[in-house]
Amino acid sequence: MTSTDFRGAIDCDIHPHVPDVKALTRFMDDYWREVVEVRGIDSFETIAYPDKAPITMRPDYRKADGGRADEDAGRTARALLDPHGFSLAICNCLYAVQMIRDEHLAAAFARAVNDWVRVEWLDRDPRLRGSIVVPIQSIERAVDEVNRCAADPRFVQVLFLAMGEQPLGKSMFWPIYRAAEKHGLTIGIHAGSSYHHAITGSGWPSYYAEDYASQALGFHAQLGSLVAEGVFVKFPGLKAVMIESGVTWLPPYLWRFSKFWKGVRLEVPWIDRPPVEIVRDHIRLTMQPFDAPADPDVVRRTIDQLPSPDMLLFASDFPHWQYDGDAMLPPGIDDTLARRILIDNARATYPRLGGSHAP
Amino acid sequence: MPLDIAQAPHDAGATGPGSNRLAIIDSDIHPAVRSLSDLRPYLSNHWWEYANTYGLRRKHGSATVEPYPKAAPLACRRDAWPEDGGRPGASLALMQKQYLDPAGVELGVLGPLGPTGQGDFNLDFSAAMCTATNEWQREAWTKEDRRLRSAIVVPYEDGLASAAEIERLGADMSYAQVFCLTRSSEPLGNRRYWPMYAAAERYDLPVAFHVFGTSGHPVSGAGWPSYYIEEGAGHSTSCQTAVTSLVMEGVFERFPKLKVVMVEGGFAWLPMLAWRLDKAFERMRGELPHLKRRPSEYIRDHIWVSTQPMEEPDDRRHLLDVIDWIGWDRLLFASDYPHWDFDDPFRAFPAGVTPAQHRMVCAENGRKVYRF
Repeated sequence: MTSTDFRGAIDCDIHPHVPDVKALTRFMDDYWREVVEVRGIDSFETIAYPDKAPITMRPDYRKADGGRADEDAGRTARALLDPHGFSLAICNCLYAVQMIRDEHLAAAFARAVNDWVRVEWLDRDPRLRGSIVVPIQSIERAVDEVNRCAADPRFVQVLFLAMGEQPLGKSMFWPIYRAAEKHGLTIGIHAGSSYHHAITGSGWPSYYAEDYASQALGFHAQLGSLVAEGVFVKFPGLKAVMIESGVTWLPPYLWRFSKFWKGVRLEVPWIDRPPVEIVRDHIRLTMQPFDAPADPDVVRRTIDQLPSPDMLLFASDFPHWQYDGDAMLPPGIDDTLARRILIDNARATYPRLGGSHAP
Repeated sequence: MPLDIAQAPHDAGATGPGSNRLAIIDSDIHPAVRSLSDLRPYLSNHWWEYANTYGLRRKHGSATVEPYPKAAPLACRRDAWPEDGGRPGASLALMQKQYLDPAGVELGVLGPLGPTGQGDFNLDFSAAMCTATNEWQREAWTKEDRRLRSAIVVPYEDGLASAAEIERLGADMSYAQVFCLTRSSEPLGNRRYWPMYAAAERYDLPVAFHVFGTSGHPVSGAGWPSYYIEEGAGHSTSCQTAVTSLVMEGVFERFPKLKVVMVEGGFAWLPMLAWRLDKAFERMRGELPHLKRRPSEYIRDHIWVSTQPMEEPDDRRHLLDVIDWIGWDRLLFASDYPHWDFDDPFRAFPAGVTPAQHRMVCAENGRKVYRF
């Protein structure tokens, strides 16, 4: 599909890559700079997106000199935003703050990552917006970081990973959601793991391809947790975006969950309406990748299975290699729906992009 | 509550000569022991004493109830408790009266849960309990009702012991499947489990992966959820983990005649998983040189799914689309008797399923999968 007009599109998932630890120590105080140097901390990267793995970067985004197009805002603009005429793009930095065990160290790195995104990305291109990386190891520190970054209206979302230590619906996380709702921030849950648990409910798989594929299972768990724990009953203004989840997994899981709910409502009496309605109103999905064959009829049928097409948000997932050329949307989507996916749904999802908090 | 199918109008003709009523093949019936004593005849003195001294030790730490208490006692139909005592599934007479006779079951495949020893920390105890469970099925069930077929319950965490148990019973045609649980301690394609697949393939026995089990890991990589509804819904993810691992490890390249049946995890997730695996394979095939075909092709040729609990979208066309994508020849009817979410073979399917499709799912497909 090459005929879609992407001008004005809002890209809800691009990935600034921290080139090295020096990019971050600039934003640390003397104590943490010394810690990084004395302890020989080169970087925090996880085994998600191995540097040279095909999924990690589309071949044309790799430079002959070994440089990556995702390491600075200018190159990202030239590779992605300029040619397609996007109006806005949300930066989701996947630097592995969540993997760190020490909450103090995690807080120092989260702060540095957010400041790096602000200075090196948001300040350099007016089209860019940011997600706040939080030290999830400490709820109190995470709330502090949300409040600190929220003062800058270009931060539009709080970022989590699909697989952390505890499912994200649990009440221990609610102070973060309270702060997010207050500031008009959405909750973004991105594929990835802190690797504090095995990737699957049956332990560690052998292959990276299984790790990547299994990320969708983390989203199943997060959807179930957010609904079952009553997060959206408690925070009716909150929306959660499932980023890089694959999309098509959601209806089958929701059907199963809903059927179960009819049988076991006794257990979660605060759920006061069918889960499908809660999901329709509060859950959003970015569309790269979109797990379906390139068959327009199948794509239309899978979209029809969703509680609403308004749940769909456009994303390139730059620089991950999800598609070639500009086949950024699956085939079978008409112009009217494309317009909603590319622009309107994002504005309705992120209060800070279109609503009263707009910069 | 399930309807009393004995009262249902569809039952007016019943089965028997001259009846054109469909003869059902059920891939998931749960017989139960009245108590551990039912297994006593098949356990050595050592293991009987061990069982009574240390008990079953499962990888969730609970010695008594499930850590996520079920929605009904033992997750069973409230009308399935035998009047003469014991637990649902323990009385063959009640099972016959309540389900096998009125539903017209021609062949029912057993899947024992409860104290079978599967997933126990102690592998030798696990093996002894599985053997006892298998002997008990033959004596108490399949010898008593020729419509029933036993499962070879295996101590799957020990691949060699599992293979030995399959070798011990594989020639006995009253056993219809090898029975494992999905919540294994490592993904089920891992090579520690391969001896079991080799033996199953040798005897043309499908390997059933029924949901549940205690892996020692949270139900997903996202940590331990709070509620039974999350664990219950999450079982479909443990099925996806099993299928993913079996495919990506190349189990079906190594055992090209192996048949796998995923039981009680629903099925609507299967096409989407296949699409996702195909994409991951396409990108990362350099990592997977042992795979000669796309993941969706292995799935199409080797995986069957049981129907219960069937996903129920508001729009039934969504479910029919999903089954079209899976293939109607891949679904096997399952009642899950005597559990609370029991499906009736004549009521569980949405409108729009043709009589021919219904016949495939409820009878013909099973005949091709199981060696009846």
